[in-house]
Amino acid sequence: MKLWRTPLDADKVRVPHGVVSIIIERCKGCSFCVEYCPRDVLIISKKFNKKGYHYPEVISAGLCVDCNLCEDICPEFAIYSDPEEQHSTAQTKENA
Amino acid sequence: MSTAVTNTAPTGERQVQHHPKDTLLRDDRLPHIWCPTCGIGTAVSCFVEALRESGIPEEKCVVVSGIGCTGRVAGYLNLDSFHTTHGRAIPFATGVALANPDLHVVVFSGDGDLVAIGGNHLINAARRNMNLTVICVNNFIYGMTGGQCASTTPETARTSTSPRGNTEYPFNVPYLMEACGASYIARWTVLHIRRLKKAMTEALNKNGFAFVEVIAPCSTLYSRRNKLGTGYDLMKFYHDNAEIRHGANTKDVGIGFQTKIIVGKFVDITKPTFLEKYQGKTTGGGK
Repeated sequence: MKLWRTPLDADKVRVPHGVVSIIIERCKGCSFCVEYCPRDVLIISKKFNKKGYHYPEVISAGLCVDCNLCEDICPEFAIYSDPEEQHSTAQTKENA
Repeated sequence: MSTAVTNTAPTGERQVQHHPKDTLLRDDRLPHIWCPTCGIGTAVSCFVEALRESGIPEEKCVVVSGIGCTGRVAGYLNLDSFHTTHGRAIPFATGVALANPDLHVVVFSGDGDLVAIGGNHLINAARRNMNLTVICVNNFIYGMTGGQCASTTPETARTSTSPRGNTEYPFNVPYLMEACGASYIARWTVLHIRRLKKAMTEALNKNGFAFVEVIAPCSTLYSRRNKLGTGYDLMKFYHDNAEIRHGANTKDVGIGFQTKIIVGKFVDITKPTFLEKYQGKTTGGGK
């Protein structure tokens, strides 16, 4: 994003990062999440699920801003995003 | 929520078995029967989110559905729900709402069920200003029975019972509902997920007859018979041709075949409900 001057609160603003989770076996390959993702995080995978549909795959994980649009538009309840912090703390808990 | 992570792929996505919305869904019934690119799933997803945002406790919400593709919704929601006979969702819901006025009763059904076969019930529930939330998923066709011409099918659209194009005038459902006296009327397509969610939240918290029409793509029948591509092509069509006009005169919001779709919140008025008026007569004053 281009800004004509640095915002005064630039050091306080943090762009949220999300982690995309996919339930592969629920997907029916409608491609809504891939087409409507505002950051183009997803692509349609070349692989199939058990029912023979091409499910979405994350190609640029760092770009996800946790807007939850994929979760809301998915007709199959097969994809969602979590804030990255929540995911990393959960993982450290699992490891501990 | 416990999410069983089976694999953390190097590309960044996690492969999981459970969804955060599963608490309000009967996840043992998923994946559901709706076709790929059908819009009903998105409408249910918005409803689940709207129910959470509205602050209504799960045990105080009842969902009633009729027959049809959208009639399956009652079976997929993990709430007190009932799958009624064809067109009779509103009479059943009226009974529930009058027997226990504390409950928030939602009728979630399709256009064929609510407007055609249950048309008289819809008209009379709106006339009485019954305290119901009606979510009508309009896909312009009878989906489950094989794509017959419905009372909302636009003129010239091809269906299995009108192979040369529909010659009937379709219903303009928001206009019908306003004429009957509904308190809240909104229409959104399944592409407008945030606005649809907001409209559903408002409708759930509305005291009176609230009607939300959800325009959804039917990829297997409506779209295939009319050579409109997949549900995704119809979503693109909604993106290009949906015009938001809040407070529009409902007379002007009829939908033609592949014409502009006027969406927005058309009516939001406050007036006494059936039960308030009835109780006022039977228990108040005693004259």
